[in-house]
Amino acid sequence: MIEKPHRPNQAAEAAFSIQKHKIILTINEVEQEIKVDAWTTVLDLLREHLHLTGTKKGCDHGQCGACTVLMDGTRINSCLTLAVMHDGAEITTVEGLAKGEQLHPVQEAFIEQDAFQCGYCTPGQICSAIGLINEGKAKTPEDIRDLMSGNICRCGAYNNILKVVQEALERERS
Amino acid sequence: MRPFTFTKVRNSAVAVKEISEKEEAKFIAGGTNLLDLMKFDVMIPKNIIDITGIALNYIKNLEDGGLRLGALVTNSDTAYHKEVENRYPLLSHAILAGASPQLRNKATDAGNLLQRTRCYYFYDPATPCNKREPGSGCSAIHGYNRWHAIFGASEKCIATHPSDMCVALAALEAKVNVTGPNGERNIPFEDFHRLPGDHPEKDTNLSKDEIITSIDLPANGFAENFSYIKNRDRASYSFALVSIAVGLEMKGNKIKEARIVLGGVAHKPWRNKEAEAFLNNKEANRENFEAVADVIVREAKGYEYNKFKIELARRSVVRALMQAAKIEE
Repeated sequence: MIEKPHRPNQAAEAAFSIQKHKIILTINEVEQEIKVDAWTTVLDLLREHLHLTGTKKGCDHGQCGACTVLMDGTRINSCLTLAVMHDGAEITTVEGLAKGEQLHPVQEAFIEQDAFQCGYCTPGQICSAIGLINEGKAKTPEDIRDLMSGNICRCGAYNNILKVVQEALERERS
Repeated sequence: MRPFTFTKVRNSAVAVKEISEKEEAKFIAGGTNLLDLMKFDVMIPKNIIDITGIALNYIKNLEDGGLRLGALVTNSDTAYHKEVENRYPLLSHAILAGASPQLRNKATDAGNLLQRTRCYYFYDPATPCNKREPGSGCSAIHGYNRWHAIFGASEKCIATHPSDMCVALAALEAKVNVTGPNGERNIPFEDFHRLPGDHPEKDTNLSKDEIITSIDLPANGFAENFSYIKNRDRASYSFALVSIAVGLEMKGNKIKEARIVLGGVAHKPWRNKEAEAFLNNKEANRENFEAVADVIVREAKGYEYNKFKIELARRSVVRALMQAAKIEE
């Protein structure tokens, strides 16, 4: 016999929900003061509260990488971290990469190399690729495959994604 | 995710006080495993204590020649740290064999030690699981147990510990420094994680009101002769079916000291000191390595779907020893 997991009653939930937390985030270079519930993930904050729906929810468990954003320049899964823990942080999402009409070089390369089909994983792939370039650890195609393995593409555009990252790394070096 | 209260603490003493006083409380740092489990209703803490504001994000040299890893250093920062790469490449390799870059960028060193099993029955609240719900039974023993333990399991639980990092830390004989209501203590790595026995709900010997502050690596990092091999279903971003960490101290072709620890095969990193001792003062060659591998797998017990792990473990031991000894065939 398995006991049902504890579920706080409605009154308790109401008591919890009034304790909103005030945080300041710089999202795509815009500083914002935001009130959040403690249990709101960065992903849900972006999509549901700020309507920045470029960042995708795939698995919501850190397995697919569709929710990858840059947190203070570092790529993370936004589904597995609480917004309340990031007071003062700078977040860059796919919406923040272009400068006006000028796409980020990695975005350009995704188009040039035809590195997507359905496009659902693409925002995460792009943020992850930029994170990988910032980290500076990938040297060989094998390294790139390994260090991009946190981003799943069910259409199987991997070969062209690999080309994008390879080219971007070569551009960085030259 | 279900509602919870959220508190941020700035030092270990306050963290210990908070967790002692609060009911069903959990610390959060990287959160990559805890939030995952909370979304599945596997863990339902009522109170979350954010410890990321504590000054435990450092790596520093110790007077005895060792290295101290602060509890809050991320797995990425640890694996790519110059001292770790140069002096403890076994640890660096093991960390980089685990998870994905995004997860390693968030996951902390102490959190890596405290991650829960990835047994799919543990993760599914609709099924009985003694680790999740003590006394409810084990679904894996007679279920689909391909990922499960071949060493040290009990009738209550055959789950495995999923970490790669911990396999290397066991091989290096790290120590875990913790703080609790009664002050500080350090736990030798082999005593940190537990075998399931009658209490599979307890993964470790850390008390509920204790916090990990750092992990100490001894001076000897086996940097000259080491190997970490991870066998899994795909080449990257998958948990180990069988992994192995080997460190050798050699003089010429003779072995002075050997460390052999297996991952993905037991409720904790699996080390067999008797087998290690067998290699003392022996020649590094395939014959001796095969003999050691036989000693290690002698006590293995397979279940319906994971018997293949026994032969996989045996071959992994031989290959890792050959790699560590730099013997090419």
